[in-house]
Amino acid sequence: MEKKTNEAEKKLERRNFLKKLAVVSMAPIAFGFLGSGEKLMGLKKWVLDNGYVPKDHKWGMGIDINKCIGCGRCADACKNENNVPREPFFFRTWVERYRIYDDGEVLVDSPDGSIDGFEVLSTKKKMERSFFVPKICNHCDNPPCVQVCPVGATFKSEDGVVLVDSDYCIGCRYCIQACPYGARFLHPVTRTAEKCTFCYQRITKDKLPVCVEVCPTQARVFGELNKKASPLVRFLRMNKIGILKPSLNTEPKVFYANLDMEVK
Amino acid sequence: MKNFLAKIPEQVKRLSVLLVILVIVFIVVRSTLIPNDFGKIGHYRASAVQNIANNELHYAGQEVCVDCHDDIVAIKTKGYHKNLSCEVCHGPSIKHTESPDEFKPQIQRNRSFCPTCHEYLPSRPTGFPQIVSASHNPRKICVSCHNPHNPVPPVTPKGCEACHAEIAATKSLSFHSEIPCTKCHVANEKHKLSPRDNLPTKPTTREFCGQCHAEDANSPKDIPRINMATHEPRYVCWQCHYPHLPEAQ
Repeated sequence: MEKKTNEAEKKLERRNFLKKLAVVSMAPIAFGFLGSGEKLMGLKKWVLDNGYVPKDHKWGMGIDINKCIGCGRCADACKNENNVPREPFFFRTWVERYRIYDDGEVLVDSPDGSIDGFEVLSTKKKMERSFFVPKICNHCDNPPCVQVCPVGATFKSEDGVVLVDSDYCIGCRYCIQACPYGARFLHPVTRTAEKCTFCYQRITKDKLPVCVEVCPTQARVFGELNKKASPLVRFLRMNKIGILKPSLNTEPKVFYANLDMEVK
Repeated sequence: MKNFLAKIPEQVKRLSVLLVILVIVFIVVRSTLIPNDFGKIGHYRASAVQNIANNELHYAGQEVCVDCHDDIVAIKTKGYHKNLSCEVCHGPSIKHTESPDEFKPQIQRNRSFCPTCHEYLPSRPTGFPQIVSASHNPRKICVSCHNPHNPVPPVTPKGCEACHAEIAATKSLSFHSEIPCTKCHVANEKHKLSPRDNLPTKPTTREFCGQCHAEDANSPKDIPRINMATHEPRYVCWQCHYPHLPEAQ
């Protein structure tokens, strides 16, 4: 009799043990769910105050070299719109002039970022071809500047725009070094990294970036990459497209039409 | 249980207390240093996106100008500048949309402004209208001849200036600029085909110039006068004066 009760107790013990084991093993999963509550909320689209949903967009820019007249209105307007210092070292966008001579020499210049225009420089050598190349942050899909930021102050936003959190930037300049396109600079007053934001304050309010707005020859095209009815998608369809430094696998979102092989 | 605790070596107990303190300190420091919204969407502060989107705008954009200035837009949309945004020339003007009377957009009257686009540069795409401003009516501002809202390409010269461009340019600077060529020269149709065989006429008499410049001539008062009888009567006027750019004031 005594033996039987013992066995029954043992059984009970085993049952209890298995129950407890199940509870204990489920606990981390349950806690995991609790902790991920915010993460799950994050799956809901992040919306800005004015109703702009970054996740619904993917911005890009097209630049037609054949249309650029090198007037520098884009660089000038950019400085006005984004309070970029007027000194000739700080540019979010600028225009370069390429001159390729018949002996193979390539001259590239951009006096004051093209804001005051270019001068005709005559040499005895015969110029083979010449053109203007507007430069801007390429808003890489695989941005090297974001990889090197030690504090997470520069980032690729959900709409593909690479931004700088100037309140969080420590001004270490790693990103300036890392950018293969020279699109970044250190703001002389705030001592934080700065760059083109595609005029984020404008595109979130359904306006064009200011360089696109003022371009007198429509050399610049701005729009969505993911939507079919977008001027940019048409631009990509109608032109032969090149990107800058394709070998670096940065996957730029600034596309050039009629790009010359000398452009680096 | 007491037995079990007693079995643990003293140093392990102390170290584990230290470990717990360190972990707590780490968690406290980390949660105070890292902003709340960091990592909410990605490896960055979510509110930074909002901050950047809140930056101040300076350019209103073409579509805003259209609302009020429909008269100018009606002209502009027909001309060569139809694709130009207003703020290319008039500057950043979002303040003008907020208080139209207090803030007036700039108006470019400077001769150096239009050449930023239209000055000749070999790098510019062919076909884009360009001038060499040093020789293109250097004394006039652009808007005196070209309406910036509807710039018209120059008319191809068809009359005398098609061939005699240099004389026409000189004459355009002179007091005689308003006098048509045919007032002094008579050229028959054949001059266009074989110019040297059919030379146009020149004034042959002093009285021809005297129609305006004689003392008793019936002409505006500010035209300089001479005494036809005493002023070098043996010469025809153009033997001394160059009628396309007369020097007398």
